[in-house]
Amino acid sequence: MAGIVSFGAYVPWHRLGKETAGWSAAGEKAIANCDEDSITLAVAAALDCLQGVDRKKVDGLFFASTSSPYREKDAAPLIATACDLREDIRTADFTGSLRGATTALLSALDAVKAGSARSILVVAAETRTPQPRSDLETTLGDGAAAFLVGTEGVVAEVEAAFSVAHEIQDMWRSEGDPFVRTGEDRFVVDEGYFPPLVAASQEALKRAGVATKDLARVAIYAADARRLTEMARRLGLDEKTQVSGTVLQQVGNTGAALAPMMLVSALEEAAPGQRLMVLNYGQGADALILRTTKAVSPNPSRRGVKGHLASKRVLPDYQQYLRWRGLLDVAPAARRPPLQVPSASAMYREQEQNIRFYGVKCRRCGTPQYPIQRVCCVCRTKDEFDPYRFSDKRANLFTYSMDYLGPTPDPPLVLSIIDFDGGGRTLIQMTDRDISKVKPGIPLELSFRLLHVVEGIHNYYWKCLPVRAA
Amino acid sequence: MQGIRDRVAIVGMGCTKFGEHWDKSANDLIVDAVYEAFGDAGVSPSDIQAAWIGTNTSGRRGSMLTYPLKLDYIPVTRVENACATGTDAFRNACYAVAAGIYDLVLVCGVEKLKDSGYSGLPLSPEVVTSQVDPPCPAPVQFALAATRYFHHYGLSFEEGKRILAKIAVKNHHNGTMSPKAHFHREITVEQAMKAPMVAWPLGLFDCCGVSDGSAAAIITRAEMAPSFRKDYVLVKGLGVACGSREAQTRSDYDFVHFEENVRAARAAYREAGIENPRKEIAVAEVHDCFTITELIIYEDLGFSPRGGGPADVDAGTFALEGELAVNSDGGLKCFGHPIGASGIRMMYEVYKQLQGKADKRQLKDPRIGITHNLGGNPGWFTSAVSVLGRAE
Repeated sequence: MAGIVSFGAYVPWHRLGKETAGWSAAGEKAIANCDEDSITLAVAAALDCLQGVDRKKVDGLFFASTSSPYREKDAAPLIATACDLREDIRTADFTGSLRGATTALLSALDAVKAGSARSILVVAAETRTPQPRSDLETTLGDGAAAFLVGTEGVVAEVEAAFSVAHEIQDMWRSEGDPFVRTGEDRFVVDEGYFPPLVAASQEALKRAGVATKDLARVAIYAADARRLTEMARRLGLDEKTQVSGTVLQQVGNTGAALAPMMLVSALEEAAPGQRLMVLNYGQGADALILRTTKAVSPNPSRRGVKGHLASKRVLPDYQQYLRWRGLLDVAPAARRPPLQVPSASAMYREQEQNIRFYGVKCRRCGTPQYPIQRVCCVCRTKDEFDPYRFSDKRANLFTYSMDYLGPTPDPPLVLSIIDFDGGGRTLIQMTDRDISKVKPGIPLELSFRLLHVVEGIHNYYWKCLPVRAA
Repeated sequence: MQGIRDRVAIVGMGCTKFGEHWDKSANDLIVDAVYEAFGDAGVSPSDIQAAWIGTNTSGRRGSMLTYPLKLDYIPVTRVENACATGTDAFRNACYAVAAGIYDLVLVCGVEKLKDSGYSGLPLSPEVVTSQVDPPCPAPVQFALAATRYFHHYGLSFEEGKRILAKIAVKNHHNGTMSPKAHFHREITVEQAMKAPMVAWPLGLFDCCGVSDGSAAAIITRAEMAPSFRKDYVLVKGLGVACGSREAQTRSDYDFVHFEENVRAARAAYREAGIENPRKEIAVAEVHDCFTITELIIYEDLGFSPRGGGPADVDAGTFALEGELAVNSDGGLKCFGHPIGASGIRMMYEVYKQLQGKADKRQLKDPRIGITHNLGGNPGWFTSAVSVLGRAE
């Protein structure tokens, strides 16, 4: 039977919370750094999901988000490239829909069941920017989840699914709208949210022949904790045992990634033979009933939701968040020339090293080196290299500088010389760092990040960061 | 290999005041520096048979020199080699004269930095890339070395900063005696240590001035030099070394020395016959773009043993009255750093010192002086060293 083979998640390191000056909301929520967007979050969650998976056997990647950075240009091929997947794969963006992740999951299930793919990676990521001081700002958070859907080594089989389409003007963002707009709250909830979700869940349970009380955990999209409680009550669920508010409370409403992250959270704690339900919302509803298999087990190299929640940094100042989102136009620290437009042909030519983060390893002397060389930097041998992936290597900090005048909304810009475990060195930016703890020798990991946007080109590259505690 | 020693001589030099020349273009600066050199050598523009112009970003093509000076269809080569641009233009001019192709040539370095409207250096012109290389301006490049130097030798932040501050204080002090320097103010160690951070751990007073300026030299064959003047200056040695990005590719690159410096100095010393640089050199004009750079240069150029730079700084070894005067005119730190002009400005100071014309900065009977430049990024620097000697 087809189902989920592997899963992973990503929660940004930063939070808005009680300790954030100028932020008065009761809860805490995860926010993307200024070099993160839905694509980088998706890559992080996908790589978490791919721990221990042979990437060459993945036949597709579906990306779900309402906050994909481009109005026109697919994100899935870029995510697949950063994840070092093959090129002969099926990719698709399920964008503009809060329900995109479950739609993508069902499409992936159909594909593997039909035999048109062995496995497909489904990634949901969200970095929506709410209007400052709006109600949504108190709840919208950033996060991502990923599932590898396949037929071999399934950890959770999908037993039944049911979908409902439901046209209503509840949440929308049109061309040129900087922020999500919403309809009147009571109307949206009473007519848009509860009826289709209740209907879809009832039908899915019926088809699976499962009673509500038999569900170990339910992952339900909910705009906030209050709606989650209300939905649990309407579905006859015991909120204490069958529903978890952890993601909503600690990460926020991550939109298209919310129900997927809740499912990851449920899978992290699931025992074999348990029944789970995913109930997703967005112009209708998708309900999926899953049953965990004997293969469900903790994977120590996967951080998931729980591992990522183990480390965080609460932003000291709300103003800094506004700067990160470009909502506060602050003078740069120094007068510097404007950023240059990246060359599209150079970006294309350098994908292997810039996006897949490959260098080479010399066949003669064995030295890994980055970027890709023609002549070995140690033994001077010409053109005798094997490709060598650096993106999954750990490293340690050799030396660094903190540029207080550098072009960044998050000064100081930390530039580092890092030595990779197993050999190789590079100059690279450091992100998600506590500058008081940066010193030569600290262990580092790599993360795919957004460098800048110039003339609409979102230019991505890898950065290092102190290894996140998990 | 014959080498350059005693084959060519400098018979005239000129140098503008360095600083913010809001009222002068690169062309004006070229005319001012070159005409001072013409006057100093006692030659006229029509005597010049070939020329080299060094600039990093202030112009292109040889005609950037012929146009302001109205030189008469002579061959001119424009040279760019980062902060070693001026010295490399000089080196190429020397080789053409040594080869016997020309008898009298002009070399000029110029940079007009302050028209950009930006702080720091302008971006290199129009190198189209994927723009993923980390933004690594000059202060960051050398801060990487400072961090590692402190770590490698177990210096606390305060200890390291104090050593660097003393270098800045020395160069500012020398600058007060240099009328053509960009800055003329004494500073204190405390001021330097407390200055605003630019690229941690380097603060404002660890960084050299960003200036406009130009400098020029007239070069001839050594045997012809006495017909121009008695106190000509001989070229004793020239060395240039370019790195191949080792700092960013090889884990054995230590960031507490720059191999390019070692190699360039070794080549120049070999030509000049210098065996003990600390004893034989009277004055060294070195590339103190940042205080940490000067500290590392002491060790790379053989003035101090490895790791011994800080002790020599504390001992005042490199002060004007010390054992080996370094940056007697204030250095890049205080004289300023118009990229293409700096190498030739350094030679201007050594030339004046060897002639006994350095006014308040004059050292007692100097015979050998060197200049040194270092430009680019760690591991792919261009380093250039010249050794100049007094005509005996």
